[in-house]
Formats: sequence, structure tokens, C-alpha cells
Amino acid sequence: MDTFQTLVLGFISVVVVNNLVFTKFLGICPYLGVSGRIDMAFGMGCAVTFVITLSGTLTWLIDNLILMSYGLEVLRLVCFILVIAGAVQLVEMYVRKFFPPLYDSFGVFLPLITTNCAIMGLCLFLNLWEIETLVEAVVLSFGGGIGFTMAICIMAGIRESLLLADVPEALQGAPITLITAGILTMAFMGFAGMIR
Amino acid sequence: MASDKKISLGNTFFAGIWKENPVFALLLGMCPTLAVTTTVGAALTMGASVIFVLICSNIVISMMRNLLKPHLRILMFTLTISTFVTIADLSLKAFLPDMSAKLGPFIPLIIVNCLIICRAEACASKNGIIVSITDAIGSGLGFTLALSILAAIRELLSTGQILGFTILANTETGGWYTPWAAMAMPVGAFVTLGLLLGVVNLINKKKA
Repeated sequence: MDTFQTLVLGFISVVVVNNLVFTKFLGICPYLGVSGRIDMAFGMGCAVTFVITLSGTLTWLIDNLILMSYGLEVLRLVCFILVIAGAVQLVEMYVRKFFPPLYDSFGVFLPLITTNCAIMGLCLFLNLWEIETLVEAVVLSFGGGIGFTMAICIMAGIRESLLLADVPEALQGAPITLITAGILTMAFMGFAGMIR
Repeated sequence: MASDKKISLGNTFFAGIWKENPVFALLLGMCPTLAVTTTVGAALTMGASVIFVLICSNIVISMMRNLLKPHLRILMFTLTISTFVTIADLSLKAFLPDMSAKLGPFIPLIIVNCLIICRAEACASKNGIIVSITDAIGSGLGFTLALSILAAIRELLSTGQILGFTILANTETGGWYTPWAAMAMPVGAFVTLGLLLGVVNLINKKKA
């Protein structure tokens, strides 16, 4: 029961309280770049969730079973980026083979996930937070992905309505998106302190 | 970046600082820009690490540009970059442990900084070593400059100090300035950068 509670709390914490986008500034590039339309944002979120769960689990296993037991921590960064690039490649091939329409709709964004810092960041945080069990690592990675999807979908929804607004000329485009993101962050600060 | 042979080194250098400034014009490398700009010291450390990694990886990629296979390109870039980032990360841990602890995962995250992959792809994989180095220094300085401006504004408004020197005497020490705590938080980063981009747009429009 105790472990179950830890898992649920950890999941909620990584989704709302320690949301990767709003509090850790990770994954800002796709957050600003792909949040123009809500369907694309959702597709991107799903792809990221899948890759983040897969690579979070794999890097945790590699880190704890291989690198730490043989004292090879120096190679951590090189290994992590290889695992992530491999996972993205795997997803790309799988989607192209079995879901061609889906592949066409977000084909361009798939390779970009490799350089999404939310994924690399989460793998590093799993190491930094000293996660001890595999189940916990899987749940936290999945939560990170869900948190990212939620953030990018909220942003896309706001930006779709923002198209109709009368924004000063100098602030159009990226500046107003950043200011909107700032206000959203402020809203999410309300969750801080709910769970540590 | 024009790939013709006659581009002058001066143009390459200054393009990185203003016209193609990685942060203000191209919107690259936003994650570290927002995360490490709470103090000027952190921003300068981050800028220096990025310049180091950018120069080294541009040199290596420029040297092996004729051997690269198109489909393995990105993988080779990230492997080269991650090697140099490991060097930078370990050096910081050894020589500036406090700063390294403060920046946390953001030094390792230079690997996935789009700025470096963009320069590798757009410049180093097409040009010779001299042009690539100039480009790396230009973009790196542009990135550091943008980070420092943002950090200076945030540090000044959130503590009244810059690099430890008191500019605005804050109320805790008997002065008049009430520190603006929100500036040290994520909100301050997003809103300040948004407004700065607006100012850059205005300046560019005046010039045109």
C-alpha cells in the first residue's frame, strides 16, 4: 500500500507540481513551435509520451545495472543520447510501417523529438532524484510525458483563440506566446507546495 | 547561412551576434535561456560552456564533413557534441563545484540544445574550419550576450544586485527597493523574454 501511495503521489507531482514545461523549462522548443494547432499539439504530445516512457525506463536500467556497477558514469551522457536517438528511430519505423496516415500527419516532428530536452532532462532527473525501483522510474517517465502533453495542449488551445485577438504589432508571434506561457506558469504555481 | 565561398569572416561573425542572434532572432536554445538566467554569474558560466562546446564540435564536424553519410549525420553530430559536453560538465564539477550544482542538469542538456545542432548542420557541415570557428564564436557570443541581458534584468529586479554589487538598495538592508520575487521564478523568465523579443522587433523595424 505504501509503495502504491508513493507511486500515485509521484505521478501527480510530476504531472502538475513539477511539470517539466512550467517549472523545469524543459521542452520549450516544441512547446513554442508545435503549439499552433491543437490536433498537432496532441499528436506531438503522444509521440513524446511514448518516447519518454521508453527511454526513461531504458536509461534507468542502463544507468543502474551497467554504468553504476562498473563505475562508467563518465559515459552517461553519450549512452543516454544514443538510447534516445534509438528509441525515436524505433518509433519512427514502427509508425511508418503500421500507421501510415499518422506518420504522414506528424512525420516531420518525429526526428525532432531526439532534440527535445524534456526527454533528456527527465532521464537526467531520474538519476538526480535517486529513483530506486524500476516501477517508480516507469511511472515518473510516463507522468512526465502526460504533463508535457497537457501543457502543450493547453497552450495550443489558448493560441487558437489568440489568433482572433488584437495584439500590438511588435509583440505578434513568439513574444506574445512567451508572455502567455508566463501567465500560465503563474497559474501552475498555485499547485506548488501541494506535494513536495 | 549562405554556403558560397566568398562570404566574409566579418559578416559570419557579426551575423551571429545580432542579425541571426540565436535567441532573439532564431529562437534557438530557449530552455537554458529561460532556466539559467536567474543570476548573471550562472548565465555567463552557461554561455562560456556553450561557446566551448560549439567551437570544438564545429571544428570536428567541419573536419569530417566530407565523410558524413546523410542519414547518419544527426547521430554523428549528437555523439560529437555529447563528448565535448561531458568534458565541459566534468571540468565544471572539478573547478566550479558550486556553480555546477546550481546549474544542475542544464550543462548536460547542452547536448540537446538546438543551437549547437543548428550551427553544425547549417555551417560546419558545409564550410571549412576557419569559417566554422568564426561562426561558432559569433553565435556563441550572441547567445551569451542574450543570456546576460536577460539575466541582468532578472537579477536586478529580483534582488537589487548584479554579480553581488548592490545597485538598488533593497528594503532588507534599510534601502527603498522592494525585491520583486516573481522575477526569480519561471514567470519572470517567460514574461521578460517575451517583452525583450518585442523590443528587438521594434528596433529592427526602426532600422528597416
